Amino acid sequence: MADKTITVEVLRYRPEQDPAPEFQRYQVPFSDDMSVLQALLYIKDELDETLSFRWSCRMAICGSCGMMINGDPKLSCKTFLRDIHPATVRVEALNHFPIERDLVVVMDDFIDKLERIQPYIIPAEPRSLDQGAYLQTPAQLDKYEQFSSCINCLLCYAACPQYGLNPTFIGPGALALLHRYNADSRDGASAQRMELVAAEEGVFNCTAVGYCSEVCPKHVDPANAVNQNKTTAAADYFARFLKPKGSGK
Amino acid sequence: MNKRRPYVRPMTGWWRKNPFFIEYMIHEGTALFVAAYALVLLAGLVCLAQGEAAWNGWLGALRHPLAILFHLVTLAMLSYHSWTWFKIMPKTMPPVVLGGRRLPAAAITGGGLAAVALASIAALGLVWGMTR
Ligand code: SF4
Ligand code: FES
Repeated sequence: MADKTITVEVLRYRPEQDPAPEFQRYQVPFSDDMSVLQALLYIKDELDETLSFRWSCRMAICGSCGMMINGDPKLSCKTFLRDIHPATVRVEALNHFPIERDLVVVMDDFIDKLERIQPYIIPAEPRSLDQGAYLQTPAQLDKYEQFSSCINCLLCYAACPQYGLNPTFIGPGALALLHRYNADSRDGASAQRMELVAAEEGVFNCTAVGYCSEVCPKHVDPANAVNQNKTTAAADYFARFLKPKGSGK
Repeated sequence: MNKRRPYVRPMTGWWRKNPFFIEYMIHEGTALFVAAYALVLLAGLVCLAQGEAAWNGWLGALRHPLAILFHLVTLAMLSYHSWTWFKIMPKTMPPVVLGGRRLPAAAITGGGLAAVALASIAALGLVWGMTR
């Protein structure tokens, strides 16, 4: 079992007693197979049961254990103590979100944005069961597959300074999901979603920093989705002038 | 009483806190040199339109040691700008599918940098040939 110890510094915030967040240090015995999440679980079980953080799957699937680890947004279940030792592990709540308590952030803003992008297939025409399944070619699947891997972990939001500076920006994750549906051959609601893409809070807030794609644990490449849609939004804008008047849409 | 009191952290100095952001800010900063050099060329064009004396004056000004230093610094800044610009390029464009396969990011960056190198050599050769 545990043969070494590592220092874990956690940014604590208990709204009922702390005026502002402060770091607290813990010494955690660890073995080579332990993740940062396991260190936090050890602290909660053995040292300090008041510590709050989110987690569920422990295998980089549920997207709930995102936090800043030594300054970078990471999934704590996918980050190993052995890779940080002998340095100190410094964990903070995900950047750019209000801290609810300790490592738990308020994510209402993202949930609201997720609703606004209509993250589900809206068929162009209603389809009945006897019409059978939708068929899709591998090439059609390839257009959106990578963007469908998003686990809503919010690491990309913590990596996006533009979202930090202006939280009305829809942001990388939700825009990647928006693109995932717009790029799906079964979907017919691109025009509705494009209004949000081109809006004040849409893709043009992005200045191609690109760190969101760097930190994404699922290789979604949200920066790519956002920037592809800049071109699409610009093309839509200019296409309006080419269409004859009164042709609708 | 509501015990909730969400704490919002300030954004001050955000770009100093991560090497990735520092690189981004340097990249954005080097764009000023791109603009400055465009102005130098524009001044040359205006001088050319004004006649031979003005044109020779512009050429003379470029030979000043300070102008040469400016050129060297600008060359370094532009090289960094191109390198970081092409590095981010694969993230900014739709996938390029060649023969049913996606072109890897490294190929797009490499292709861009190769294009810069070729264009620079061609321009250098052209100027060299004209001035000899
Ligand atoms: S795009 Fe990637 S980093 Fe952003 S929420 Fe989805 S999985 Fe997480
Ligand atoms: S606990 Fe589910 S992603 Fe880390």
